[in-house]
Amino acid sequence: MMETPYILSAKGITKTFPGVQALENVDFSLKRGEVHALMGENGAGKSTLIKCLTGVEQPDKGTIEFDGAAVVVHSPQHAQEIGIATVYQEVNLCTNISVAENVMLGHEPKGVLGNISWKKMNEQAAQSLSKLGVAIDVTKPLGIYSVAIQQMVAITRALEFQSAKVLILDEPTSSLDAHETKQLFDVMRKLKSEGIGIVFITHFLDQVYEVTDRITVLRNGRYVGTFETSSLPRVKLIANMLGRSVSDLDDLSRSKQKVTKVEAGQAVLETKEMGKANYLEPTDLCLQKNEVVGLAGLLGSGRTELANLIFGIETPDTGELLINGKKVTSFSPLDSLKNGIALCPEDRKAAGIVGDLTIRENIILALQARYGWFKFIPLQKQYEIADRYIKLLGIVTPSPDQLTKNLSGGNQQKVILARWLATDPQVLILDEPTRGIDVGAKTEIQKLVLDLAGQGKSCIFISSELEEVLRCSHRVMVLRDHKLVAEFGEEVDDQTIMHTMAGDL
Amino acid sequence: MWNRIKLFLLNNGTLLFTILIFVVGYFICGRIYPAMQKPQVFFNLFINNASLLLLAIGMTFVVISNGIDLSVASMLALTTVASAALLKANVNPYVIMPLMLVMGISFGAFQGFIIQRLKVEAFVVTLMGSFFCRGMAYIISLTSVTITDPVYKSLGLQKVLIPGFGKTYVYLYSVVAIIVFLAAIYIAKYTRFGRTMYAIGNNEQSARLMGLPVERTRILVYAFSGFCSSLGGIAFSLALLSGYGQYAPTMEMDAIASVVMGGTLLTGGVGNVIGTLFGVLINGTIVSVLQFNGTLSSWWTRIGVGVLTLLFIGIQMLFQLGGKKKAS
Amino acid sequence: MKKSNLFDKFRHSRLFWPLMALTILLIFDAFYAPSFFKIGVLNGHLYGNLIDVLNDGAPLAIVAIGMTLVIATGGVDLSVGAVIAISAAMGAVLINPALGNQLITNDILTADRTNTPLGLIVLADIAAGTLCGLWNGLLVSRVRIQPMVATLILMVAGRGIAQLITNGQIMTIYYTPYFWFGNGFILGLPVSIYIVALVFVIAWLLVRKTSIGLFIESVGINSRSTHYSGISEKNVKLFAYTFCGFCGSIAGLILSSYVHSCDANNIGLAYELDAILSVVIGGTLMAGGRFSMASSILGAMIIWTFTLTMYTIGIPANTLLAAKAVLVMVVILLYSDQVRGLINRLGTKKGGSNVESN
Repeated sequence: MMETPYILSAKGITKTFPGVQALENVDFSLKRGEVHALMGENGAGKSTLIKCLTGVEQPDKGTIEFDGAAVVVHSPQHAQEIGIATVYQEVNLCTNISVAENVMLGHEPKGVLGNISWKKMNEQAAQSLSKLGVAIDVTKPLGIYSVAIQQMVAITRALEFQSAKVLILDEPTSSLDAHETKQLFDVMRKLKSEGIGIVFITHFLDQVYEVTDRITVLRNGRYVGTFETSSLPRVKLIANMLGRSVSDLDDLSRSKQKVTKVEAGQAVLETKEMGKANYLEPTDLCLQKNEVVGLAGLLGSGRTELANLIFGIETPDTGELLINGKKVTSFSPLDSLKNGIALCPEDRKAAGIVGDLTIRENIILALQARYGWFKFIPLQKQYEIADRYIKLLGIVTPSPDQLTKNLSGGNQQKVILARWLATDPQVLILDEPTRGIDVGAKTEIQKLVLDLAGQGKSCIFISSELEEVLRCSHRVMVLRDHKLVAEFGEEVDDQTIMHTMAGDL
Repeated sequence: MWNRIKLFLLNNGTLLFTILIFVVGYFICGRIYPAMQKPQVFFNLFINNASLLLLAIGMTFVVISNGIDLSVASMLALTTVASAALLKANVNPYVIMPLMLVMGISFGAFQGFIIQRLKVEAFVVTLMGSFFCRGMAYIISLTSVTITDPVYKSLGLQKVLIPGFGKTYVYLYSVVAIIVFLAAIYIAKYTRFGRTMYAIGNNEQSARLMGLPVERTRILVYAFSGFCSSLGGIAFSLALLSGYGQYAPTMEMDAIASVVMGGTLLTGGVGNVIGTLFGVLINGTIVSVLQFNGTLSSWWTRIGVGVLTLLFIGIQMLFQLGGKKKAS
Repeated sequence: MKKSNLFDKFRHSRLFWPLMALTILLIFDAFYAPSFFKIGVLNGHLYGNLIDVLNDGAPLAIVAIGMTLVIATGGVDLSVGAVIAISAAMGAVLINPALGNQLITNDILTADRTNTPLGLIVLADIAAGTLCGLWNGLLVSRVRIQPMVATLILMVAGRGIAQLITNGQIMTIYYTPYFWFGNGFILGLPVSIYIVALVFVIAWLLVRKTSIGLFIESVGINSRSTHYSGISEKNVKLFAYTFCGFCGSIAGLILSSYVHSCDANNIGLAYELDAILSVVIGGTLMAGGRFSMASSILGAMIIWTFTLTMYTIGIPANTLLAAKAVLVMVVILLYSDQVRGLINRLGTKKGGSNVESN
């Protein structure tokens, strides 16, 4: 019998959660030595499929064949035993124990007494890490290293000691910078040449076209198709993912022209040499009425830090912050709220939504914070406010009494936006408002930003996607290494910005 | 070289601080109460606190794996009563002791099972376990039961001389506690079980995805704590030669306080058994100071332990801040 | 159809499970201890086991109200037992007529009078307890110590402080007006019931008629998001712990009044544990978030109904502890998602087969 080219193939996978059909009759097959992108909007079923393949969930129906034999994957542990390794976006390692342990635990070298041999463990771990070009002190706790390093450690663990034949990378690049991403791709190519099948999940189209061989697209829990990357144009891919045309995007460039010209005058918000030691270098930023200023820069370049300082999450120790020309003296989210500043934070789940509260409660939260403890917004008023913003922002939900955690990412983002719009802010800081949400919702949020600017509000727009920053902003400021390095007008192109971000110019 | 020392200090800061507090504290007390300078008085700490040490060792493991076990003191009390009652019924003492250990282990494992499988708060489960054990102890006997068994008597009074200190001695059960202590150090550092315990304490989800045996480890941790408690109970009944349901009424809190003073974080994932030993010794020192003074009232023990716990938490926080700064 | 909807709504309400548990207990009583339901009138006061449940359970119910708020913020307060002792000690010492450097004779000590006005005594009680709560709150919210550890400190030290206040004595109280809180009657019902009602109403108004309740739930669910929304999560926590201390002090007042004395070592012993259990039985998650104070009061009532049931049917007191542990464990297991999932699955299977047979 001829050996099949497929290392892993799943057929007819169906999975239902209470109230949700997460996967319906989905097929997926992975060849040996290929990088296979799994694409789809949020809620398309990518993560559920991964969970079924790795034993985190059990499919209701369908079969999985691994290495030519039918298998039932009981648990993540079982998946690893048979050779399916997974590296998640949020690195699932333990930050308190050493790097070496994180690589080796479960396969640790034994000493004479059956004890763990720390010396051997450290040596082996350092050696395996160096294969991926990582040279760090493996005896230190993992937590002190960057996410990129942690991810490399996770991959090392997956490869070296589980002799993985299939490697699943679930959005590994979303927190990596360009250099680290390149390093990761080198590693992926190397593994590919060794015959390992790689499933690669990402939101970055560029990366898909750079590194993958084939693409499988899912939509709403259904299988759309599997394509050769080289023969699938981007537009086609997006169309497949969305199940509709992409002409929505065209509307946007038109709406930008609708925005009234920004007039120089009293700045709504101005920072003068504002900074904080070990956090952000002194920075000057000036925001006019009706203006959208984009902040571009890599993760950790200082863009989130700048937003946090303005909003009072952290207190600056140099310089000053002026709102409408008045100096701000005390820094806290509540002070900012009263000054008409709003922040939609980068980490939506951890710092944005309050998952177990209803949509209504989430929406009125900031407004209520402004009113204080004793001026309780009457229930009827709460519903009015919630209904108004649900309609205004097109939040998809059967009722304002739904728990926010049950909404999709895009709708959650809209709830946070609603929370801040309800306080009628002058300045809206949006930190990665479109990360991890589907293309449709992305477009709507971009549109909304421009609409708001048209209505006399000012925005600071932070995003990793240059295209998006350019599309939404009147001016773009670029940060690098915790420092503001350049400022561009509307007519700048993404190449220039990219080079500035990278520090080539 | 200096850098390495600095790093060592930073990494083991809380532990070293605990040891320092103990040494300095004991030294000062020794100056005030010269009787405390006698080696025997020092070794009495190991005699008087053998049970607490055993309980605290089990507790350390539980806390490192991000749990809590409030049933330890009650298990100790139950063990004393159960063994005293069995001895009264003329059961062979060498049968009783393993039986008690089996009881402790299986009860601990049962608690671990409910916590891990049925996802009930450890706090609640072990609290109920605590009530249950004490209740069972009262069902066995409402009053104190004396032990007259010759084997228990001789074991309880079996002195072990400390080499190099002349006539200075500890009792056999102190030695057992020290052996368990050493074994616990080994288990925590050199076995997969031990390291998995740390991993779970930091992030259970990650530990599971790393393919580590989370369920088994957690159940074993509670079983170990049950083992330590029943062993502590045997030591207690050897020391007092009686069994009583009211013994060690708040010892679980003393054990937790010792663990915290020893630098183990109640949030799990960080800590070690050596620190716990010194936590127990500090606790014991306060008690002996009160005994030597005679005029100080007993409630100062409680206030003292409370204040010290607060102090140690402050120190831990300082070291954590220091560590974070270093990393960034 | 509508009826089943209403039932469904009730079934999913927070009060359903505690009420079910209480009902089962009472049904049990109806069969095995019918005398449990007897309510008589003596000297114009109602008496009987049900009244005792309310009266004896009152301090626990009050503590449970405070504990609910603390647990809802994602914390826990282990010090309530110690707070009860401190506030009781405060009251007992102030009542003691020996205060004020008089020559102490037995007559003076046991006299039914005091040098401190009753109002002041009550205020001092409450102030002491509330201060303890404030201390806990400051440690948790400002110093950022984990709640369990922060309150453990006062739990360990608190009884020592109480003994310090009473100088290690068991203080017997002879001042009769003070007894009213734990033994008095209004309209035939014990005063303590009215105190519970009063505390509950205060708490309810404070929490549900202001935004504090929403903020507490929000902090319990996601403290960081709450902070980012402009809410001072520190002050919210501070409030919860302080209020819990306040509740503890009221419980201390009732308890010391009830037993006519203050034994710093034993008064309110294990109340922190019973209070946490009441909250858990009431269905508020230990992780924090959504809470219901009424359910927690029900939880306290369940604990006391069970205790008194055991007494009534003559189960020896020494087995009570073990039996209580088993009962509560069963109740808690019924709450566990795992076990409930199992029950629900059985239920739906049954439902499914019914449909088929139709």
